[in-house]
Amino acid sequence: MTLRIVTPGLFTTVQDLGRVGYQREGVPAGGAMDRLALRVGNLLVGNDEGDAALETTLLGPAIGFDEETLIAVTGADSGVTVDGHPVAPYHPALVRAGATLHCSREIRGCRTYVAIAGGVDVPPVFGSRSTYVRAGFGGCDGRALRAGDVLPLGEPGALSQRIARSLRADGQTLRVAAWSAARALRARRADRAVVRLIPGAHLERLDADSRARLFEAEFRVSASSDRMGYRLDGVELALREPLELLSEAVVFGTMQLPPDGHPIILMADRQTTGGYPRLGEVASVDLPVVAQARPGDVLRFRAISLEEAQHAYLLRHAELAQARVAISLTGI
Amino acid sequence: MAATMSCELASRQSGFTGVWRGTPGRSNFSAMHFAPLGDRALLITLGHTIDDSTRRTVQAALQRLDGADIPGITELVPAFASIAVHYDPAVLAEHAAAPPYTRLVSSLEGALADLADDDLPPARLVEIPVCYGGDLGPDLGDVAARHELSADEVIALHTAAEYRVHMIGFMPGFAYLGGLPEAIVTPRRDTPRTAVPAGSVGIGGAQTGIYPLVSPGGWHLIGRTPLRMFDVSRKPAALLATGDRVRFRRVGEDEFHALAS
Repeated sequence: MTLRIVTPGLFTTVQDLGRVGYQREGVPAGGAMDRLALRVGNLLVGNDEGDAALETTLLGPAIGFDEETLIAVTGADSGVTVDGHPVAPYHPALVRAGATLHCSREIRGCRTYVAIAGGVDVPPVFGSRSTYVRAGFGGCDGRALRAGDVLPLGEPGALSQRIARSLRADGQTLRVAAWSAARALRARRADRAVVRLIPGAHLERLDADSRARLFEAEFRVSASSDRMGYRLDGVELALREPLELLSEAVVFGTMQLPPDGHPIILMADRQTTGGYPRLGEVASVDLPVVAQARPGDVLRFRAISLEEAQHAYLLRHAELAQARVAISLTGI
Repeated sequence: MAATMSCELASRQSGFTGVWRGTPGRSNFSAMHFAPLGDRALLITLGHTIDDSTRRTVQAALQRLDGADIPGITELVPAFASIAVHYDPAVLAEHAAAPPYTRLVSSLEGALADLADDDLPPARLVEIPVCYGGDLGPDLGDVAARHELSADEVIALHTAAEYRVHMIGFMPGFAYLGGLPEAIVTPRRDTPRTAVPAGSVGIGGAQTGIYPLVSPGGWHLIGRTPLRMFDVSRKPAALLATGDRVRFRRVGEDEFHALAS
Protein backbone atom coordinates (compact mmCIF):
# COMPACT_ATOMS: atom_id res chain seq x y z
CA MET A 1 0.00 0.00 0.00
CA THR A 2 1.08 3.57 -0.61
CA LEU A 3 -0.07 7.13 -0.22
CA ARG A 4 0.54 10.00 -2.64
CA ILE A 5 1.48 13.56 -1.76
CA VAL A 6 -0.70 15.76 -3.98
CA THR A 7 0.47 19.06 -2.50
CA PRO A 8 3.12 19.04 0.23
CA GLY A 9 1.98 21.90 2.46
CA LEU A 10 4.54 24.18 4.08
CA PHE A 11 6.85 21.60 5.68
CA THR A 12 5.52 18.07 5.97
CA THR A 13 7.87 15.29 7.11
CA VAL A 14 7.84 11.64 8.11
CA GLN A 15 8.42 11.33 11.89
CA ASP A 16 8.35 8.65 14.55
CA LEU A 17 9.65 8.71 18.14
CA GLY A 18 13.18 9.48 16.98
CA ARG A 19 16.63 7.92 17.34
CA VAL A 20 17.74 6.25 20.53
CA GLY A 21 21.36 5.38 21.21
CA TYR A 22 23.19 7.43 18.57
CA GLN A 23 23.64 10.76 20.34
CA ARG A 24 27.12 9.64 21.39
CA GLU A 25 27.99 9.75 17.67
CA GLY A 26 26.60 13.26 17.48
CA VAL A 27 23.37 12.11 15.79
CA PRO A 28 20.39 14.14 17.06
CA ALA A 29 17.47 12.24 18.55
CA GLY A 30 14.94 13.99 16.28
CA GLY A 31 11.44 12.54 15.90
CA ALA A 32 7.96 14.00 16.25
CA MET A 33 7.73 17.41 17.92
CA ASP A 34 4.39 16.55 19.57
CA ARG A 35 5.13 13.01 20.76
CA LEU A 36 1.73 12.68 22.46
CA ALA A 37 -0.16 13.46 19.25
CA LEU A 38 1.97 10.93 17.35
CA ARG A 39 1.42 8.21 19.96
CA VAL A 40 -2.33 8.80 20.19
CA GLY A 41 -2.73 8.92 16.40
CA ASN A 42 -0.97 5.59 16.09
CA LEU A 43 -3.06 4.03 18.86
CA LEU A 44 -6.29 5.17 17.15
CA VAL A 45 -5.40 3.28 13.95
CA GLY A 46 -4.21 0.16 15.79
CA ASN A 47 -0.48 0.79 15.22
CA ASP A 48 2.43 0.62 17.63
CA GLU A 49 2.77 4.02 19.33
CA GLY A 50 6.16 4.58 17.72
CA ASP A 51 5.20 3.93 14.08
CA ALA A 52 6.05 6.63 11.56
CA ALA A 53 3.37 9.17 10.59
CA LEU A 54 3.24 12.51 8.79
CA GLU A 55 3.94 15.73 10.69
CA THR A 56 2.65 18.93 9.10
CA THR A 57 3.72 22.50 9.88
CA LEU A 58 1.13 25.32 9.80
CA LEU A 59 -0.13 24.63 6.28
CA GLY A 60 -0.97 20.96 5.77
CA PRO A 61 -0.68 18.77 2.67
CA ALA A 62 -3.18 17.16 0.32
CA ILE A 63 -2.85 13.37 0.31
CA GLY A 64 -4.23 10.88 -2.19
CA PHE A 65 -5.20 7.36 -1.13
CA ASP A 66 -5.21 4.74 -3.88
CA GLU A 67 -6.60 2.04 -1.61
CA GLU A 68 -9.00 2.00 1.30
CA THR A 69 -6.95 3.36 4.25
CA LEU A 70 -7.52 3.74 7.98
CA ILE A 71 -6.22 7.06 9.29
CA ALA A 72 -6.40 9.32 12.35
CA VAL A 73 -5.68 13.04 12.51
CA THR A 74 -4.24 14.35 15.78
CA GLY A 75 -2.34 17.36 17.12
CA ALA A 76 -3.31 20.80 15.85
CA ASP A 77 -6.79 20.97 14.28
CA SER A 78 -6.15 21.66 10.58
CA GLY A 79 -9.79 21.40 9.51
CA VAL A 80 -9.07 18.15 7.65
CA THR A 81 -11.59 16.94 5.08
CA VAL A 82 -11.75 13.94 2.74
CA ASP A 83 -13.47 14.79 -0.52
CA GLY A 84 -15.33 17.55 1.33
CA HIS A 85 -16.39 15.46 4.35
CA PRO A 86 -14.90 16.62 7.68
CA VAL A 87 -12.59 14.24 9.53
CA ALA A 88 -13.05 14.87 13.25
CA PRO A 89 -9.66 15.11 14.98
CA TYR A 90 -8.75 12.24 17.32
CA HIS A 91 -11.25 9.84 15.70
CA PRO A 92 -10.22 6.85 13.57
CA ALA A 93 -11.53 7.31 10.03
CA LEU A 94 -11.75 4.89 7.10
CA VAL A 95 -11.00 6.58 3.77
CA ARG A 96 -12.27 5.03 0.53
CA ALA A 97 -9.87 4.17 -2.29
CA GLY A 98 -9.41 7.10 -4.66
CA ALA A 99 -10.29 9.78 -2.10
CA THR A 100 -8.12 12.84 -1.34
CA LEU A 101 -7.44 14.39 2.05
CA HIS A 102 -7.20 18.18 2.29
CA CYS A 103 -6.22 20.56 5.09
CA SER A 104 -7.87 23.95 5.45
CA ARG A 105 -5.79 27.13 5.55
CA GLU A 106 -6.84 27.63 9.16
CA ILE A 107 -4.93 25.73 11.80
CA ARG A 108 -5.36 25.89 15.59
CA GLY A 109 -1.83 25.14 16.74
CA CYS A 110 1.25 24.40 14.68
CA ARG A 111 1.58 20.70 13.85
CA THR A 112 -0.98 18.14 12.73
CA TYR A 113 -0.22 14.42 12.62
CA VAL A 114 -1.73 12.06 10.08
CA ALA A 115 -1.31 8.51 11.33
CA ILE A 116 -1.97 5.69 8.89
CA ALA A 117 -2.69 2.03 9.67
CA GLY A 118 0.52 0.08 9.10
CA GLY A 119 2.65 3.22 9.48
CA VAL A 120 4.78 4.96 6.86
CA ASP A 121 7.29 2.29 5.88
CA VAL A 122 10.33 4.21 4.64
CA PRO A 123 13.70 2.56 5.44
CA PRO A 124 14.90 3.22 9.02
CA VAL A 125 18.18 5.13 9.43
CA PHE A 126 19.88 4.70 12.83
CA GLY A 127 16.83 2.79 14.01
CA SER A 128 14.27 5.46 13.12
CA ARG A 129 12.19 6.63 10.16
CA SER A 130 12.30 10.25 11.33
CA THR A 131 13.36 12.86 8.80
CA TYR A 132 16.45 14.84 9.79
CA VAL A 133 16.65 17.58 7.19
CA ARG A 134 19.90 19.23 8.38
CA ALA A 135 21.99 16.15 7.65
CA GLY A 136 19.65 14.89 4.92
CA PHE A 137 18.80 11.43 6.20
CA GLY A 138 15.73 9.55 7.38
CA GLY A 139 12.12 9.79 6.21
CA CYS A 140 11.77 10.45 2.49
CA ASP A 141 15.38 10.97 1.31
CA GLY A 142 16.10 13.14 4.34
CA ARG A 143 13.88 15.98 3.14
CA ALA A 144 10.44 17.50 3.49
CA LEU A 145 7.79 15.89 1.28
CA ARG A 146 7.14 17.19 -2.24
CA ALA A 147 4.21 16.92 -4.63
CA GLY A 148 4.32 13.56 -6.37
CA ASP A 149 6.09 11.68 -3.56
CA VAL A 150 4.70 8.17 -3.11
CA LEU A 151 5.24 6.77 0.38
CA PRO A 152 5.14 3.04 1.12
CA LEU A 153 2.85 1.95 3.97
CA GLY A 154 3.37 -1.03 6.26
CA GLU A 155 0.98 -3.97 6.37
CA PRO A 156 -1.88 -3.08 8.77
CA GLY A 157 -1.86 -5.41 11.77
CA ALA A 158 -4.78 -7.45 13.14
CA LEU A 159 -6.04 -4.62 15.36
CA SER A 160 -5.92 -2.09 12.49
CA GLN A 161 -7.94 -4.53 10.37
CA ARG A 162 -10.54 -4.97 13.13
CA ILE A 163 -10.90 -1.19 13.53
CA ALA A 164 -11.24 -0.81 9.74
CA ARG A 165 -13.83 -3.61 9.60
CA SER A 166 -15.87 -1.93 12.35
CA LEU A 167 -16.07 1.19 10.15
CA ARG A 168 -16.60 -0.34 6.73
CA ALA A 169 -19.84 0.62 4.97
CA ASP A 170 -20.53 0.22 1.26
CA GLY A 171 -20.30 3.23 -0.97
CA GLN A 172 -19.21 5.78 1.63
CA THR A 173 -16.24 8.04 0.95
CA LEU A 174 -15.46 8.39 4.62
CA ARG A 175 -16.55 6.68 7.81
CA VAL A 176 -15.50 8.39 11.03
CA ALA A 177 -15.66 6.32 14.22
CA ALA A 178 -18.16 7.26 16.92
CA TRP A 179 -15.39 6.89 19.52
CA SER A 180 -12.31 8.99 19.99
CA ALA A 181 -9.30 9.64 22.23
CA ALA A 182 -9.99 10.90 25.76
CA ARG A 183 -9.80 14.66 26.26
CA ALA A 184 -6.72 14.33 28.51
CA LEU A 185 -4.76 12.92 25.56
CA ARG A 186 -5.66 15.67 23.09
CA ALA A 187 -3.65 18.73 22.12
CA ARG A 188 -4.12 21.77 24.35
CA ARG A 189 -4.19 25.38 23.24
CA ALA A 190 -0.60 26.63 23.12
CA ASP A 191 -1.06 30.41 22.89
CA ARG A 192 -0.98 31.95 26.40
CA ALA A 193 -0.25 28.51 27.88
CA VAL A 194 1.65 28.09 31.13
CA VAL A 195 4.61 25.77 30.62
CA ARG A 196 6.13 24.05 33.64
CA LEU A 197 9.90 24.19 33.96
CA ILE A 198 12.06 21.95 36.15
CA PRO A 199 14.80 24.24 37.54
CA GLY A 200 18.12 23.59 35.80
CA ALA A 201 21.78 23.68 36.70
CA HIS A 202 22.31 27.42 36.18
CA LEU A 203 18.95 28.93 37.15
CA GLU A 204 20.53 30.23 40.38
CA ARG A 205 23.12 32.09 38.30
CA LEU A 206 20.48 34.49 36.91
CA ASP A 207 20.40 37.89 38.55
CA ALA A 208 17.46 38.37 40.93
CA ASP A 209 15.45 40.47 38.45
CA SER A 210 15.87 37.96 35.67
CA ARG A 211 14.87 35.09 37.91
CA ALA A 212 11.65 36.83 38.80
CA ARG A 213 10.98 37.75 35.17
CA LEU A 214 11.46 34.15 33.99
CA PHE A 215 8.46 33.06 36.04
CA GLU A 216 6.33 36.19 35.67
CA ALA A 217 6.87 37.67 32.24
CA GLU A 218 5.26 36.72 28.94
CA PHE A 219 7.61 35.32 26.32
CA ARG A 220 6.84 35.40 22.61
CA VAL A 221 7.83 32.54 20.30
CA SER A 222 10.07 34.18 17.70
CA ALA A 223 9.81 33.73 13.95
CA SER A 224 13.22 32.02 13.91
CA SER A 225 11.85 28.96 15.71
CA ASP A 226 11.92 25.54 14.12
CA ARG A 227 12.18 21.83 14.85
CA MET A 228 15.62 22.44 16.35
CA GLY A 229 14.63 25.05 18.90
CA TYR A 230 12.29 27.87 19.91
CA ARG A 231 13.82 31.28 20.44
CA LEU A 232 11.84 33.35 22.94
CA ASP A 233 11.52 37.12 22.55
CA GLY A 234 10.07 39.88 24.64
CA VAL A 235 12.15 39.54 27.79
CA GLU A 236 15.91 39.67 28.24
CA LEU A 237 17.47 37.62 31.00
CA ALA A 238 20.94 38.17 32.43
CA LEU A 239 23.34 36.17 34.56
CA ARG A 240 24.94 37.71 37.66
CA GLU A 241 28.29 37.11 35.98
CA PRO A 242 29.36 35.37 32.77
CA LEU A 243 29.77 31.60 33.02
CA GLU A 244 32.40 29.56 31.18
CA LEU A 245 30.94 26.12 30.71
CA LEU A 246 32.07 22.90 29.11
CA SER A 247 29.70 21.54 26.48
CA GLU A 248 27.51 18.79 27.86
CA ALA A 249 24.45 16.85 26.79
CA VAL A 250 21.15 18.67 26.39
CA VAL A 251 17.65 17.18 26.17
CA PHE A 252 14.27 17.78 24.49
CA GLY A 253 12.97 20.79 26.44
CA THR A 254 16.26 22.20 27.78
CA MET A 255 15.93 25.98 28.16
CA GLN A 256 19.33 27.51 27.54
CA LEU A 257 20.45 31.11 27.73
CA PRO A 258 22.77 32.39 25.00
CA PRO A 259 24.75 35.61 25.59
CA ASP A 260 22.07 37.78 23.91
CA GLY A 261 19.75 37.12 26.88
CA HIS A 262 16.91 35.54 24.87
CA PRO A 263 16.26 31.98 26.08
CA ILE A 264 16.00 29.09 23.65
CA ILE A 265 13.97 25.91 24.25
CA LEU A 266 15.68 23.01 22.53
CA MET A 267 13.27 20.82 20.59
CA ALA A 268 13.28 17.50 18.69
CA ASP A 269 16.09 18.24 16.19
CA ARG A 270 18.40 19.88 18.78
CA GLN A 271 22.13 19.25 18.64
CA THR A 272 23.29 16.54 21.00
CA THR A 273 25.38 18.86 23.20
CA GLY A 274 25.39 22.52 24.16
CA GLY A 275 27.60 24.92 26.05
CA TYR A 276 25.17 27.68 27.09
CA PRO A 277 23.87 27.98 30.66
CA ARG A 278 20.85 25.74 31.31
CA LEU A 279 18.00 27.48 33.11
CA GLY A 280 15.76 24.43 33.24
CA GLU A 281 14.03 21.64 31.39
CA VAL A 282 10.38 21.74 30.33
CA ALA A 283 8.34 19.01 32.07
CA SER A 284 7.88 16.15 29.58
CA VAL A 285 4.09 16.37 29.79
CA ASP A 286 4.22 20.03 28.68
CA LEU A 287 6.46 19.47 25.64
CA PRO A 288 3.44 18.84 23.35
CA VAL A 289 2.12 22.29 24.33
CA VAL A 290 5.40 23.94 23.35
CA ALA A 291 5.49 21.88 20.13
CA GLN A 292 2.09 23.31 19.18
CA ALA A 293 3.11 26.94 19.81
CA ARG A 294 3.57 28.99 16.66
CA PRO A 295 5.63 32.08 15.99
CA GLY A 296 3.97 35.00 17.78
CA ASP A 297 2.31 32.85 20.44
CA VAL A 298 2.86 33.82 24.06
CA LEU A 299 4.21 31.38 26.65
CA ARG A 300 4.60 31.79 30.39
CA PHE A 301 6.66 29.59 32.69
CA ARG A 302 6.09 28.19 36.14
CA ALA A 303 8.56 26.19 38.22
CA ILE A 304 7.75 22.55 38.93
CA SER A 305 9.70 20.11 41.07
CA LEU A 306 11.21 16.99 39.57
CA GLU A 307 8.89 14.91 41.75
CA GLU A 308 5.75 16.66 40.45
CA ALA A 309 6.96 16.48 36.86
CA GLN A 310 7.59 12.74 37.12
CA HIS A 311 4.24 12.24 38.82
CA ALA A 312 2.54 13.97 35.87
CA TYR A 313 4.60 11.85 33.47
CA LEU A 314 3.50 8.62 35.20
CA LEU A 315 -0.15 9.74 35.07
CA ARG A 316 0.15 10.42 31.35
CA HIS A 317 1.83 7.05 30.93
CA ALA A 318 -1.11 5.36 32.68
CA GLU A 319 -3.67 7.26 30.55
CA LEU A 320 -1.93 6.09 27.38
CA ALA A 321 -1.86 2.51 28.70
CA GLN A 322 -5.60 2.75 29.40
CA ALA A 323 -6.29 4.01 25.89
CA ARG A 324 -4.20 1.19 24.44
CA VAL A 325 -6.23 -1.42 26.33
CA ALA A 326 -9.59 0.15 25.43
CA ILE A 327 -8.71 0.37 21.73
CA SER A 328 -7.38 -3.20 21.68
CA LEU A 329 -10.91 -4.42 22.48
CA THR A 330 -12.36 -2.89 19.28
CA GLY A 331 -14.18 -5.36 17.07
CA ILE A 332 -13.76 -8.35 19.38
CA MET B 1 18.88 22.42 42.37
CA ALA B 2 15.62 22.66 44.21
CA ALA B 3 14.19 19.39 42.93
CA THR B 4 12.59 17.57 45.82
CA MET B 5 13.96 14.17 44.99
CA SER B 6 17.58 15.19 45.14
CA CYS B 7 17.13 16.52 48.67
CA GLU B 8 17.72 13.24 50.44
CA LEU B 9 20.90 12.67 48.50
CA ALA B 10 21.98 16.27 48.91
CA SER B 11 21.55 16.28 52.66
CA ARG B 12 23.42 13.00 52.96
CA GLN B 13 26.51 13.98 51.07
CA SER B 14 26.07 17.43 49.56
CA GLY B 15 25.28 15.88 46.21
CA PHE B 16 28.84 14.62 45.88
CA THR B 17 29.59 10.98 46.11
CA GLY B 18 31.86 8.19 44.96
CA VAL B 19 35.17 9.47 46.26
CA TRP B 20 38.02 7.81 44.47
CA ARG B 21 40.99 6.83 46.57
CA GLY B 22 44.32 8.25 45.45
CA THR B 23 45.84 4.98 44.28
CA PRO B 24 49.02 5.51 42.24
CA GLY B 25 48.43 5.02 38.53
CA ARG B 26 44.90 6.27 38.77
CA SER B 27 43.77 9.70 37.71
CA ASN B 28 43.30 12.57 40.12
CA PHE B 29 39.58 12.03 39.97
CA SER B 30 37.99 12.94 43.26
CA ALA B 31 34.21 13.19 43.08
CA MET B 32 31.19 12.65 40.90
CA HIS B 33 28.09 14.75 41.07
CA PHE B 34 24.54 13.78 40.09
CA ALA B 35 21.87 16.28 39.06
CA PRO B 36 18.52 16.00 37.26
CA LEU B 37 18.48 16.93 33.57
CA GLY B 38 14.72 17.24 33.25
CA ASP B 39 12.34 14.45 34.29
CA ARG B 40 13.73 11.74 32.01
CA ALA B 41 17.49 12.22 32.23
CA LEU B 42 20.20 13.02 34.74
CA LEU B 43 23.72 14.30 34.42
CA ILE B 44 26.78 12.73 36.06
CA THR B 45 29.55 15.33 36.27
CA LEU B 46 33.00 13.77 36.52
CA GLY B 47 35.26 16.81 36.20
CA HIS B 48 35.46 20.47 35.27
CA THR B 49 38.28 20.68 32.74
CA ILE B 50 39.10 19.38 29.27
CA ASP B 51 42.09 17.13 29.83
CA ASP B 52 43.25 13.58 29.35
CA SER B 53 42.56 12.36 32.84
CA THR B 54 38.97 13.69 32.82
CA ARG B 55 38.42 12.10 29.42
CA ARG B 56 39.72 8.76 30.70
CA THR B 57 37.40 8.97 33.70
CA VAL B 58 34.41 9.68 31.43
CA GLN B 59 35.37 6.80 29.13
CA ALA B 60 35.86 4.41 32.04
CA ALA B 61 32.49 5.39 33.52
CA LEU B 62 30.79 5.02 30.13
CA GLN B 63 32.35 1.59 29.62
CA ARG B 64 31.18 0.57 33.09
CA LEU B 65 27.61 1.79 32.50
CA ASP B 66 27.43 0.28 29.00
CA GLY B 67 28.23 -3.07 30.61
CA ALA B 68 25.93 -2.65 33.61
CA ASP B 69 22.36 -3.85 33.19
CA ILE B 70 20.50 -1.07 34.99
CA PRO B 71 16.75 -1.20 34.30
CA GLY B 72 15.15 1.94 32.88
CA ILE B 73 18.25 3.42 31.23
CA THR B 74 17.57 4.20 27.56
CA GLU B 75 20.70 6.06 26.42
CA LEU B 76 24.05 7.35 27.64
CA VAL B 77 25.53 10.55 26.17
CA PRO B 78 29.13 11.37 27.16
CA ALA B 79 30.72 14.82 26.81
CA PHE B 80 34.02 16.43 27.91
CA ALA B 81 33.52 15.86 31.62
CA SER B 82 30.04 14.39 32.04
CA ILE B 83 27.65 11.64 31.04
CA ALA B 84 23.93 12.18 30.52
CA VAL B 85 21.83 9.17 31.50
CA HIS B 86 18.45 9.06 29.77
CA TYR B 87 15.85 6.90 31.50
CA ASP B 88 12.20 6.00 31.55
CA PRO B 89 10.67 6.99 34.92
CA ALA B 90 7.82 4.52 34.32
CA VAL B 91 10.23 1.54 34.34
CA LEU B 92 11.96 2.81 37.48
CA ALA B 93 8.63 3.43 39.23
CA GLU B 94 7.62 -0.24 38.96
CA HIS B 95 7.70 -2.20 42.24
CA ALA B 96 9.76 0.50 43.93
CA ALA B 97 9.28 2.48 47.08
CA ALA B 98 11.92 5.09 46.18
CA PRO B 99 11.20 7.78 43.55
CA PRO B 100 12.67 7.05 40.08
CA TYR B 101 15.52 9.61 40.33
CA THR B 102 16.70 8.47 43.77
CA ARG B 103 16.49 4.84 42.75
CA LEU B 104 18.53 5.41 39.58
CA VAL B 105 21.19 7.47 41.35
CA SER B 106 21.78 4.70 43.87
CA SER B 107 22.04 2.10 41.05
CA LEU B 108 24.54 4.35 39.25
CA GLU B 109 26.57 4.88 42.42
CA GLY B 110 26.76 1.11 42.82
CA ALA B 111 27.78 0.55 39.21
CA LEU B 112 30.45 3.26 39.35
CA ALA B 113 31.99 2.29 42.69
CA ASP B 114 35.79 1.94 42.62
CA LEU B 115 35.97 3.31 39.12
CA ALA B 116 39.40 2.88 37.54
CA ASP B 117 40.62 3.76 34.07
CA ASP B 118 43.13 0.87 33.94
CA ASP B 119 41.10 -1.37 31.68
CA LEU B 120 40.32 1.07 28.88
CA PRO B 121 41.24 -0.36 25.47
CA PRO B 122 44.38 1.16 23.93
CA ALA B 123 43.66 4.28 21.88
CA ARG B 124 43.56 4.03 18.08
CA LEU B 125 45.74 6.31 15.99
CA VAL B 126 43.79 7.74 13.04
CA GLU B 127 45.60 9.57 10.26
CA ILE B 128 43.65 12.26 8.41
CA PRO B 129 45.00 13.30 5.00
CA VAL B 130 44.52 17.04 4.43
CA CYS B 131 45.08 19.23 1.39
CA TYR B 132 46.03 22.60 2.91
CA GLY B 133 45.42 26.06 1.49
CA GLY B 134 44.08 27.14 -1.89
CA ASP B 135 40.34 26.80 -2.53
CA LEU B 136 40.19 23.92 -0.05
CA GLY B 137 41.63 25.99 2.80
CA PRO B 138 40.80 29.62 2.03
CA ASP B 139 41.79 30.98 5.47
CA LEU B 140 45.30 29.47 5.61
CA GLY B 141 46.88 32.74 4.51
CA ASP B 142 44.95 34.75 7.13
CA VAL B 143 45.94 32.38 9.92
CA ALA B 144 49.60 32.53 8.82
CA ALA B 145 49.57 36.34 8.59
CA ARG B 146 47.96 36.71 12.01
CA HIS B 147 50.79 34.73 13.62
CA GLU B 148 53.53 36.17 11.35
CA LEU B 149 54.24 32.70 10.03
CA SER B 150 54.47 31.34 6.50
CA ALA B 151 51.70 29.05 5.25
CA ASP B 152 54.20 26.17 5.28
CA GLU B 153 55.04 26.86 8.91
CA VAL B 154 51.35 26.72 9.88
CA ILE B 155 50.99 23.43 8.02
CA ALA B 156 54.16 22.05 9.66
CA LEU B 157 52.83 22.96 13.12
CA HIS B 158 49.37 21.54 12.38
CA THR B 159 50.75 18.22 11.07
CA ALA B 160 53.47 17.82 13.72
CA ALA B 161 51.10 17.71 16.68
CA GLU B 162 49.21 14.66 17.90
CA TYR B 163 45.60 15.38 18.82
CA ARG B 164 43.11 13.62 21.01
CA VAL B 165 39.32 13.28 20.52
CA HIS B 166 37.81 14.65 23.75
CA MET B 167 34.19 14.27 22.72
CA ILE B 168 31.79 13.84 19.81
CA GLY B 169 28.89 16.28 19.60
CA PHE B 170 27.47 19.45 18.06
CA MET B 171 26.67 17.64 14.80
CA PRO B 172 26.80 14.05 13.54
CA GLY B 173 30.38 12.80 13.75
CA PHE B 174 31.93 16.11 14.86
CA ALA B 175 35.05 15.43 16.99
CA TYR B 176 36.35 18.02 19.45
CA LEU B 177 40.14 17.71 19.18
CA GLY B 178 42.54 18.85 21.88
CA GLY B 179 46.24 19.44 21.27
CA LEU B 180 46.43 22.41 18.89
CA PRO B 181 49.90 24.03 19.16
CA GLU B 182 49.74 27.36 21.01
CA ALA B 183 51.45 29.12 18.08
CA ILE B 184 48.43 28.69 15.81
CA VAL B 185 45.59 29.22 18.30
CA THR B 186 43.34 31.66 16.41
CA PRO B 187 40.07 33.31 17.56
CA ARG B 188 37.00 32.50 15.47
CA ARG B 189 36.13 34.54 12.40
CA ASP B 190 34.11 37.70 13.02
CA THR B 191 31.55 36.63 10.45
CA PRO B 192 30.65 32.93 10.34
CA ARG B 193 30.21 31.32 6.93
CA THR B 194 26.70 30.18 6.15
CA ALA B 195 27.87 26.96 4.48
CA VAL B 196 31.19 25.30 5.26
CA PRO B 197 31.86 22.32 2.93
CA ALA B 198 32.01 18.81 4.42
CA GLY B 199 35.56 17.71 5.18
CA SER B 200 36.79 21.25 5.91
CA VAL B 201 39.56 21.37 8.51
CA GLY B 202 39.33 24.41 10.73
CA ILE B 203 40.85 26.23 13.66
CA GLY B 204 38.51 27.87 16.19
CA GLY B 205 40.24 29.26 19.25
CA ALA B 206 42.35 26.51 20.84
CA GLN B 207 40.45 23.82 18.97
CA THR B 208 40.90 22.23 15.61
CA GLY B 209 38.43 19.94 13.91
CA ILE B 210 36.83 18.66 10.75
CA TYR B 211 33.31 19.54 9.62
CA PRO B 212 31.67 16.16 8.87
CA LEU B 213 28.73 17.71 6.98
CA VAL B 214 27.96 20.97 5.23
CA SER B 215 27.05 23.43 7.97
CA PRO B 216 27.33 27.04 9.03
CA GLY B 217 30.60 27.68 10.85
CA GLY B 218 32.86 30.36 12.28
CA TRP B 219 36.19 28.56 12.26
CA HIS B 220 39.15 29.46 10.03
CA LEU B 221 39.34 26.90 7.23
CA ILE B 222 42.91 25.86 6.55
CA GLY B 223 42.37 22.74 4.44
CA ARG B 224 40.10 19.86 3.55
CA THR B 225 40.20 16.09 3.96
CA PRO B 226 38.85 13.73 1.31
CA LEU B 227 37.75 11.27 4.02
CA ARG B 228 34.07 10.97 4.85
CA MET B 229 34.02 11.84 8.54
CA PHE B 230 30.37 10.78 8.81
CA ASP B 231 28.72 8.22 6.56
CA VAL B 232 25.17 7.05 7.23
CA SER B 233 25.83 3.73 5.46
CA ARG B 234 28.90 2.94 7.61
CA LYS B 235 28.99 1.28 11.04
CA PRO B 236 29.87 3.21 13.09
CA ALA B 237 28.87 6.17 10.96
CA ALA B 238 31.37 8.51 12.64
CA LEU B 239 35.00 8.00 11.59
CA LEU B 240 36.35 9.28 14.92
CA ALA B 241 35.43 8.21 18.44
CA THR B 242 36.19 9.67 21.85
CA GLY B 243 39.70 8.75 22.94
CA ASP B 244 41.14 8.35 19.43
CA ARG B 245 44.60 9.80 18.74
CA VAL B 246 44.61 11.87 15.56
CA ARG B 247 47.36 13.06 13.23
CA PHE B 248 47.00 15.17 10.10
CA ARG B 249 49.07 14.31 7.01
CA ARG B 250 49.68 16.87 4.27
CA VAL B 251 48.62 15.70 0.80
CA GLY B 252 48.71 17.48 -2.56
CA GLU B 253 45.66 18.24 -4.66
CA ASP B 254 46.24 15.18 -6.86
CA GLU B 255 46.25 12.81 -3.90
CA PHE B 256 43.24 14.65 -2.42
CA HIS B 257 41.21 14.03 -5.56
CA ALA B 258 42.46 10.44 -5.89
CA LEU B 259 41.42 9.72 -2.29
CA ALA B 260 38.12 11.55 -2.70
CA SER B 261 37.02 9.53 -5.70
